[in-house]
Amino acid sequence: MPDQIIESEIMSAQTIINVKKIREDFPILSERFTSSDGKGKSLIYFDNAATTQKPQAVLDALLNYYRHQNANVHRAIHRLGERATAAYEESRQKVARFINSPSTREIVFTRGTTEAINLVAHSWGRKFINRGDEIVLTEMEHHSNLIPWQLLAKEREAVLRFIPFSKANGTLQIGNLDHLITEKTRLIALTHMSNVFGTINPVRGIIQKAHDHGIAVLLDGAQAVPHLPTDVQELDCDFLAFSGHKMCGPTGIGVLYAKEKFLEDMDPYQGGGEMISSVWLDKATWNELPHKFEAGTPNIAGAIGLGAAMDYLRAVGMDKITLYEQKLTTYALERMQKIPEMKIFGMAPFRGAVISFYLGQIHPHDMAQYLDSEGIAVRAGHHCAQPVMRKLGIPATTRASFYFYNTYEEVDRFIEILKKAREFFGYGTR
Amino acid sequence: MELDELYQDIILDHYKHPHNFGEGDSSGVVVESENPVCGDHIKLVVLIDENDIVQEVKFTGSGCAISMASASMMTEEIKGKPLSEVKKIINDVLDSMRGDRSADALDEHGDLAALKGVMKFPVRVKCATLAWHAIKDALEKNKKKT
Repeated sequence: MPDQIIESEIMSAQTIINVKKIREDFPILSERFTSSDGKGKSLIYFDNAATTQKPQAVLDALLNYYRHQNANVHRAIHRLGERATAAYEESRQKVARFINSPSTREIVFTRGTTEAINLVAHSWGRKFINRGDEIVLTEMEHHSNLIPWQLLAKEREAVLRFIPFSKANGTLQIGNLDHLITEKTRLIALTHMSNVFGTINPVRGIIQKAHDHGIAVLLDGAQAVPHLPTDVQELDCDFLAFSGHKMCGPTGIGVLYAKEKFLEDMDPYQGGGEMISSVWLDKATWNELPHKFEAGTPNIAGAIGLGAAMDYLRAVGMDKITLYEQKLTTYALERMQKIPEMKIFGMAPFRGAVISFYLGQIHPHDMAQYLDSEGIAVRAGHHCAQPVMRKLGIPATTRASFYFYNTYEEVDRFIEILKKAREFFGYGTR
Repeated sequence: MELDELYQDIILDHYKHPHNFGEGDSSGVVVESENPVCGDHIKLVVLIDENDIVQEVKFTGSGCAISMASASMMTEEIKGKPLSEVKKIINDVLDSMRGDRSADALDEHGDLAALKGVMKFPVRVKCATLAWHAIKDALEKNKKKT
């Protein structure tokens, strides 16, 4: 892009979101590191696909809970108990509103995406997946949307089938779906957005096709829900799993959305307090939805923190977040591709702010170490997607992933350091 | 800069120009070792003669600068030495990296002293030790063979 066009791009991006002002809401973004040469380096946080930073509003909500509301939920008669219960259930309403679920009965709090998927595999899968039944996944799943189904398939003697991805650009080869679906297919479980390629999968069409065949669909929304407006009624998915910590919320809290009729049919996930209605020594009846799936004292503070995070994201605007990130990602991709020997994995036409790459022969660990020495945090490794790496024929990638608080200036600095790394490791002169 | 302690010139030199890199004599002891977390992979072929001297050691594989440089230095350091001495070197490296003894033990082993810088980066220690665990396995395998 010529300089003038870049300038106008940046200007227009800033009219979408006032990033400078937003950054003031995130105390950790002003962290600085001192290297041994005495120079201060500001933090550039590009590991948002792993976890995001938290705005002050979320930190305040956590502190406020422990200072003014702390009690167990749904049990206490006292006033603190009422406050805690009200705040916890208010967060459930916020979640329902955030993903446009018609009812809080469909919102189950979990530890995160992983637990939400395991819950479905355990409570729905063990009841409805039988010997010889088939589950369709994709080759690009995070281990958390693969291993639970492997375990279930082994136990129930079911079969796993996989929609392949294209090595050329990291998109699903969706034409294969017709061959993969049989009369034995019971479930399609796939990621809405790849944590390796950034690919946004055409889930709406897949869900429609699945439903035409009476097949249930689970979406792994760990990467999508934090970055794209999500409407479960429009998507019409049967299950949606996502994590709080990847969307400005605390760790240890996540959500399983499931259509009410599915939750009604499912057996409990764990047994214990809260999930029961009446208990005898030899039997019990289950609490109503969604509490049937929330055994034990839940992560009350986490849920309240997640509610605050969703308030924050709604105030910024999910559509604006998507648009800004698209612009920033396009800019970063364009600049990165100009670096000689840069290989980017995942060039889907519809993609989010996740960029996996390999520069020359520089191993991702060396690259991440070098970037870290300049204050830039990225991820290096297999990104919990070893089958993806195996298919690509590489051990690992370096991954930079953005959120709406990242800036064009940070991308510029990142590019500069990538070039320096290339020289440092001896590929600048070849 | 801290980074220079990790990527010392000796390390970068071994990484860019690895010694004893290539397929070895197929009659030798073959071991493979990998670090599943980062996908680093190394294959060693070690030829030990009847006098218990390391005649030849070759490696192939892929990995980060630290793991590949460490493998190159390892082959260079043990080649031509009797097994008794090789075992002492292996122990010196692995014990130092584990923090069980002072890393100064590496000073007497030439280029290996450059590995001391790795210890300031705990997550990279397993990169540095990959080749050393592999050679340890190779010696065990050789013992069983004879």
